[in-house]
Amino acid sequence: MSTTESPPPESTEARTELHDWDAVQSSPEFQRLRSRLRNFVFPVTGLFLVWYLLYVLLASYAPGFMSVKVLGNINIGLIFGLLQIVSTFAITTWYVRWADRTIDPLSQELRDEMGDGK
Amino acid sequence: MTLAAGIEGSNPILNIVIFGVFVAITLGIVIYVSRRRTAGAADFYTAGGGFSGPQNGIAISGDYLSAASFLGIAGAIALNGYDGFLYSIGFLVAWLVALLLVAELLRNTGKFTMGDVLAFRMRQRPVRAAAATSTLAVSFFYLLAQMAGAGGLVALLLDISDKTQQGIVIAVVGVVMIAYVLIGGMRGTTWVQIIKAVLLIAGAAVMTVWVMALYGFNFSALLGDAVAKGGAAGEALLNPGKQYGKTGVSKLDFVSLGLALVLGTAGLPHILMRFYTVPTAKEARRSVVWAIWLIGLFYLFTLVLGYGAGALVGPDAIKKAPGGANSAAPLLAYQLGGTLLLGIIAAVAFATILAVVAGLTITASASFAHDIYLNVIKKGEPGAANEEVKVARITAVVIGIVAIVGGILANGQNIAFLVALAFAVAASANLPTILYSLFWKRFNTQGALWSIYGGLAITIVLIVFSPVVSGKPVDAATGKSASMLQGVDFHWFPLDNPGLVSIPLSFLLGYLGTVLSKEKPPAGKFAEMEVRSLTGVGVEKAVSH
Repeated sequence: MSTTESPPPESTEARTELHDWDAVQSSPEFQRLRSRLRNFVFPVTGLFLVWYLLYVLLASYAPGFMSVKVLGNINIGLIFGLLQIVSTFAITTWYVRWADRTIDPLSQELRDEMGDGK
Repeated sequence: MTLAAGIEGSNPILNIVIFGVFVAITLGIVIYVSRRRTAGAADFYTAGGGFSGPQNGIAISGDYLSAASFLGIAGAIALNGYDGFLYSIGFLVAWLVALLLVAELLRNTGKFTMGDVLAFRMRQRPVRAAAATSTLAVSFFYLLAQMAGAGGLVALLLDISDKTQQGIVIAVVGVVMIAYVLIGGMRGTTWVQIIKAVLLIAGAAVMTVWVMALYGFNFSALLGDAVAKGGAAGEALLNPGKQYGKTGVSKLDFVSLGLALVLGTAGLPHILMRFYTVPTAKEARRSVVWAIWLIGLFYLFTLVLGYGAGALVGPDAIKKAPGGANSAAPLLAYQLGGTLLLGIIAAVAFATILAVVAGLTITASASFAHDIYLNVIKKGEPGAANEEVKVARITAVVIGIVAIVGGILANGQNIAFLVALAFAVAASANLPTILYSLFWKRFNTQGALWSIYGGLAITIVLIVFSPVVSGKPVDAATGKSASMLQGVDFHWFPLDNPGLVSIPLSFLLGYLGTVLSKEKPPAGKFAEMEVRSLTGVGVEKAVSH
């Protein structure tokens, strides 16, 4: 074990020296990976946070609307809540499919170029 | 509440036997999986990163579905209906933050602790000290919640009403937990969490199907019965606002709670640390997917169990039971399957507490040993690394003792609420710093320190001066105030949950601290961190199991 003055995993310290991080970072391949990732995760995070806050605010400030019964004793509020669970499952599935197809090949390519293929 | 008797029909001996069998089997497994353990820090903290995504996903759900989720949410739904449901939704949606923004990048950047990521491109010692401080604070609140739950369960299930005897049982729980951590390290703890998650989810599934079968799988009929049992207040169970809708302040409190829940998860140190137990970012992604499905499913079960307890046991019986709301799920188990099912569910609830407490303890001890001892006190000296695991083990024992004492003192507090406070601290002190470190190039040491210490201080001050600690009106029925302290009132902050104020302020402090500092982060460090976090280059290969 060596010092952790530089925090990355010790076993890779020797390798650390070999990489020109700035060059990799400014390479078009890396920039593409970075912008693809950011262009997906930021808007989707915004989307589900707004959708969730809408739910919380409606439950807090529009209880009358949420209490309208739709089917027997099942009201809009309950359906809204269940939809939050459904949308969480859906976004999870969407992201994983997208990341497996889009992100993994790009990051694999970069790892290979940097001689760290796995 | 010390005079409360155990649940009628509960057989304490049977409960103890079932729980004893669980402890014996899990200890056996912990010893078995630890036989090939190596002495290094990587093995103790993260099992060498050798778990698979699905294994880790199940363990995450075991770590996350605490006693608060099981007993607290079921009870909240039984008594407050719809408002209890918000907890589940917040706890689940929060996982998307972890999935999209944190899990994979964190896996690629760090090694053992949250401090690894936060200090990556900052000045090591101050940032690691700050990260460890907030890790210990969050873990402490969370531990207190679990141990308080243990005390309530003891009263309920073992028919022990004497506070001293309850304290002895809490101490036994604490000692077993310390044994798991010392013998098994992260490997053993993970297996305990996996076993517990399977038992908990299976137990909840059986009860859910049972309840639904009693109502011909007609959820609307179940709700109708819960309303009927609720008497005059019954109809309100279906609608939002029963607990939080009374005044303008309580409505804001609901929004504040919702914010803390959704942003807290991705800042919980014991959850973050679980991402280091898998070898790659892809496996970290798979872990979260498994966790989201299991946790989502479990919260659907608790919805049925909560209303089921309301319908089959009735809110009055639940309120009168020792442990109050927390006893809804065990009472429902007894109603359905008699003494035996109650015994099984009781043992599962104990196992839940045990597994979560073990996960918190290993996280807190790793943070102390790795961040504070190795990097702050010893300044990362090579020789000190050998001492690191020893320090972590000693810390685990100390934390175990703190948990036992805290659990005895916090005996009787509402556990869902204590967990919500832990989430508020995590969302305020940790999440802004994590997100800024991963995504904002300019972010620097001063920004990190302002947002961690500032977030922590604001959250704790607002909690201390909130109605939670003092000044809630005295309940005519019980003659006691709902606050922690009786007979004093020094509160000036109106909300129970500080998230609405503390989270935005912490983000702001991180921003201000950064732009007001002349410090330039080391050249190239951000490039290195970004390349590592996105590509996973240089991540240690897993030790195969």
